[in-house]
Amino acid sequence: MTVDHQLRTGSATGTETQAPDQPGPDRSAVIAELARTLKSKLGADKVIDDHARLRTYECDGLAQYKVTPALAVLPEDAPGVQTVVRACNAAGVPFVARGSGTGLSGGALPHAEGVLIVTSRMRSITEIDRANQRAVVDPGVINLHVTQQAMPEGYYYAPDPSSQQVCSIGGNLAENSGGAHCLKYGFTVNHVTGAELVAPDGEIVKLGGKAVEPTGYDLLGVVVGSEGTLGVATKVTLRLVRLPESVRTLLAAFPSPDEAGAATSAIIGAGVIPAAIEMMDALAIEAAEAAVQCGYPEGAGAVLVIELDGPSAEVEQQFAEVERHCRDNDAFEIRIAADNAERALFWKGRKSAFAAVGRISPDYIVQDGVIPRTALPEVLRRISELASNSGVRVANVFHAGDGNLHPLVLFDDSHPGEAEKAEEVSGAILDLCIASGGSITGEHGVGSDKAKYMPRMFTDDDLDTMQMVRCAFDPKGLSNPGKVFPTPRLCGEVPGRRKGVHPLQAAGLADQF
Amino acid sequence: MTSTTRGVGLAALEVAVPDVEIVAAGPDDSVDGTPVSFVASPTSTAEVAAVLRAAVEHDLSVVARGAGTKLTWGAPPARADLLVDLFGMDRVVEHSAGDLIVHVEAGLQLAALQQVLEPDGQRLAIDPVTGSRRLGTVGGLIATGASGPLRLASGGVRDLLIGVTFVRADGVVAKAGGKVVKNVAGYDIGKLLTGSFGTLGIITEAVFRLNPVPAASRWVTMSAGDATTVGEVVQTVIHSQVVPSALELDRRPDGTAEVGVLIEGIVDGVDGRVQGLERLLGAGESSDAPPPWWGHAPWSAGDTVLRLTTEIAGLPKLLDALDDATSGLSRRPAVRGSAGVGLLHASLPSDDSAAVAEAVTSLRHQSTRWSGDVVVLDAPGAVKRAVDVWGPVRGLDLMRRVKDQFDPHHRLAPGRFVVGV
Repeated sequence: MTVDHQLRTGSATGTETQAPDQPGPDRSAVIAELARTLKSKLGADKVIDDHARLRTYECDGLAQYKVTPALAVLPEDAPGVQTVVRACNAAGVPFVARGSGTGLSGGALPHAEGVLIVTSRMRSITEIDRANQRAVVDPGVINLHVTQQAMPEGYYYAPDPSSQQVCSIGGNLAENSGGAHCLKYGFTVNHVTGAELVAPDGEIVKLGGKAVEPTGYDLLGVVVGSEGTLGVATKVTLRLVRLPESVRTLLAAFPSPDEAGAATSAIIGAGVIPAAIEMMDALAIEAAEAAVQCGYPEGAGAVLVIELDGPSAEVEQQFAEVERHCRDNDAFEIRIAADNAERALFWKGRKSAFAAVGRISPDYIVQDGVIPRTALPEVLRRISELASNSGVRVANVFHAGDGNLHPLVLFDDSHPGEAEKAEEVSGAILDLCIASGGSITGEHGVGSDKAKYMPRMFTDDDLDTMQMVRCAFDPKGLSNPGKVFPTPRLCGEVPGRRKGVHPLQAAGLADQF
Repeated sequence: MTSTTRGVGLAALEVAVPDVEIVAAGPDDSVDGTPVSFVASPTSTAEVAAVLRAAVEHDLSVVARGAGTKLTWGAPPARADLLVDLFGMDRVVEHSAGDLIVHVEAGLQLAALQQVLEPDGQRLAIDPVTGSRRLGTVGGLIATGASGPLRLASGGVRDLLIGVTFVRADGVVAKAGGKVVKNVAGYDIGKLLTGSFGTLGIITEAVFRLNPVPAASRWVTMSAGDATTVGEVVQTVIHSQVVPSALELDRRPDGTAEVGVLIEGIVDGVDGRVQGLERLLGAGESSDAPPPWWGHAPWSAGDTVLRLTTEIAGLPKLLDALDDATSGLSRRPAVRGSAGVGLLHASLPSDDSAAVAEAVTSLRHQSTRWSGDVVVLDAPGAVKRAVDVWGPVRGLDLMRRVKDQFDPHHRLAPGRFVVGV
């Protein structure tokens, strides 16, 4: 199968990849044998080999890449995952782990000749350990459920991706998920202290635990965010954070993103690190209004949603300072959330922004790039130029505090050529990010979608070096092949001397983007 | 000097790397007792790469050195033919105050870096516990993953390092991460290098995220008595709304203990939080200055230094077990470190190396009770020979495989890190 350069789209009518739905004849005997083995070891109800049912899993949150897996298995525990991985290893069959399937980079896109390991039956929260400020959970546990379980103890789980009501901790670990509040609290990698991992060879390895910084190399630090290419997490130990004494949220409306950007810089320049600073531009606001009637100030060229949390006395004073910086930078209206309901309304507009764009455009691409925050005004101007020169509309939603942009590139796939143009603009935005010293992804991951952009950010040597880790963990290249790296590295080969068709490609185990 | 190592003379190296200063090693250049033959002093990443390529060509083992303050940490390397001295690589490549990031060369001293950041009201929130002289470099900081009191609020080196450039054992330059705080493109090799003791590559440049220096800082200290009381105080503080920047324990050989809490923020807020904490503890003294022991290493030259980790609530068990295990030594251990994190150091007398080894082994046998590790970070040779300094390691097989990928000929600090690495 080859998934190449297809368009990301928010609609169900977008371009779809027609990958071969069935394994080739030589592989189907292997898969059938594997299915028999796994059914006998795990029980027939844990193994899905019916084509119609398999299609349920053909994509993750990035719906235009579609590949039906050869087999899906739903193990209930670590030994179950180990059984699958060992069997795959013995048969030379690739495997892909999937949590809730909400990822936006095609990181959990199945392999047509591989096994999809679905963790949705591994959903126990083993422990909320207040005394140690930790939770121990299964990989299929929903992000928000950890917080819900910890709240009665006065704690919560800080990383809060927008999909937190449905996304899984295992997926968060694989993607090193962020969220609106990572400006102050950091990402998944800063909140995972331990993981039980089924390594690609089927060994169960325990990395870290409730204590920090275990002896030896920080393997956990590289497993988190490795997008499922270094194994399958079967148990995760999370750091819990004390619920803040006070949370205050304001909404500020500005004439344009320039002033909103300047206000953001002024706030951070003054030494204030809010829990979140989120920005939306006029087009994103228009979409949000159409979708959820969030009632943002009329005529705003940009709004900021700013949240501060912490000890009450600190929050009060810093909140006043934030307000002042907004006014000094021409905010024409500032609303302060009086209660939780109003606070939720401020966030509703922001959190619904991606889906809301569907109200003003039949199709759109969700981009995820990062720039140094101080480059914001310049990069926004360049994006606007790109948009007007190409006639493509771009709505901007972003985590302004840390320079993580989510431009939404709008198009109508029913008009010939629009999709290609949108894809071009979307790619050009990533080039702007790289040129400003930023990154091609701040939180959605590389996955299937951006592997082809990796060489724009990293040299061949950089990528080869990263893949040395891959070779250490997964010399056969069976764990989520084809993701993250544009070109697989044959483990053991001398770097930089790759010639001809890669053996893994020839064997159908990996794709070259 | 005419001596040769592995048949290599200084002249051959000078020819191989004409632009880099390479000299014969002097008497002070050994690495934890392992003799060194040559010292190279490159001044750029490219020069480090050239030196490494020459080392490959002449089959020399290589150890990196910054200020040399932690060179005796870990096990002594089996070989250290060529010392790569990075002390001359001390440039600040970029400080983007508005983006709260700094890009520096590995030989820059941490203290010098903080001076550069200070006029902009910023800091790298790492205050490693080391000896009194505070000369350590950024590269050494990363290679050892050292941390200090601020670990509680700001995380460790791993959490603040956002980009890294290094030279591999084969002389190839590689980088990972970048200069933006939010970035999930590719594997985070910086984390792998953090605490790797120079065994995976030579770190030449680093990018860190910075924090604003808070307007006000106050310390609240109280004496804490026995291990149980220490545990109770720690629990009280971490579950409170005080949001401390640091929560430290200082337990002296005479058995007295003090817990110190650092509260940082804006002036009014800090005052209120200090009062709240004092109410909560029912005791304590507050001060604008840290207690004299704050952030200082609890060891003296010649001591055996243990690095101890524990789950936060396991601290009393660890302290009691430590007392128990060391009861036969000539003096009680001193313990200091981040009680709120569960990362501490202890110093033991080294005069009876067999007894020290026995104490370490005993502690390790019990350490599952507090879910922690016991590492002999530094000690005289006799102690290091008597005990496996790193102790049991989970995931060791994967670590060996990582090492074999990065450094298949085990050229970089062979034997310094965990067994087989």
